Amino acid sequence: MAMAPPLVGYLLVAALIFAIGLAGALTRRNAILVLIGIELMLNAANLNLIAFWRYGPHPEALTGMMFAIFSIAVAAAEAAVGLGLVISIYRHAKTTDLEKMNRMKG
Amino acid sequence: MGFAFYLVSALTVGGALAAVLLKNLVHCALALTLAFLGLALLFLQLDAQFAGFAQILVYIGAVAILVVFAILLTRGSELPREGVFSKTWLAGLMIAAAVFAVLGWGVLRAAPWLPQEAATPSVTVHQIGVELMGRYVLPLEIVAVLLTAALLGAVIVAMHEKEGAK
Repeated sequence: MAMAPPLVGYLLVAALIFAIGLAGALTRRNAILVLIGIELMLNAANLNLIAFWRYGPHPEALTGMMFAIFSIAVAAAEAAVGLGLVISIYRHAKTTDLEKMNRMKG
Repeated sequence: MGFAFYLVSALTVGGALAAVLLKNLVHCALALTLAFLGLALLFLQLDAQFAGFAQILVYIGAVAILVVFAILLTRGSELPREGVFSKTWLAGLMIAAAVFAVLGWGVLRAAPWLPQEAATPSVTVHQIGVELMGRYVLPLEIVAVLLTAALLGAVIVAMHEKEGAK
């Protein structure tokens, strides 16, 4: 690993965080924890974007950085709407347990 | 890749692991904040100052607070009797492990072709502002509309239901 490009380390960390987020989203019962897992996956993608921007051929073009900034903004919107939905469902069904939320009908 | 990279990576991965593994949801939110901080430090290490500070402002300042609010509003701090992991946790864990295996295999296979150490790009906030107002002005406007719509949508969705509707 001593001769490996520095990009490899960042990509492996991003892959690990993505896998952790995916595991969290797939194995937890609580809807908020699933949202936390999705946030972790989005952040791992941002880390990839920034790392490729830094070591890519044209960092002065700012493409990867801009993509990451827009991705952060979209993730913030997603978190706000997602948590609003969780609160709304909790008010209706008195639970955030995904295995008890099995009806579309109120 | 020096000592700082390994330290920050360990912090980030540890925070992420704690965020998905801990039982108490409030602890999960705090561990998530730690993971976000580690990611911001990784961004700073990659010379993306603007993205790093945007990460701190947006994630630690806003998203973490939102998550804590949602946990407290839904009484998520009380431990459920059935346990915190779903019935299908083994399948989920295997899918995640398979995804990591494939991603890691791809990265390690591609390692010899990845670019070596590059010169530090000097990007100022002024440059980013000029680019946002020039080449990226349409995405910026679309994100502005999206954030407004998300704000309104979140408020409407989480608003109290009318008494007559129940």
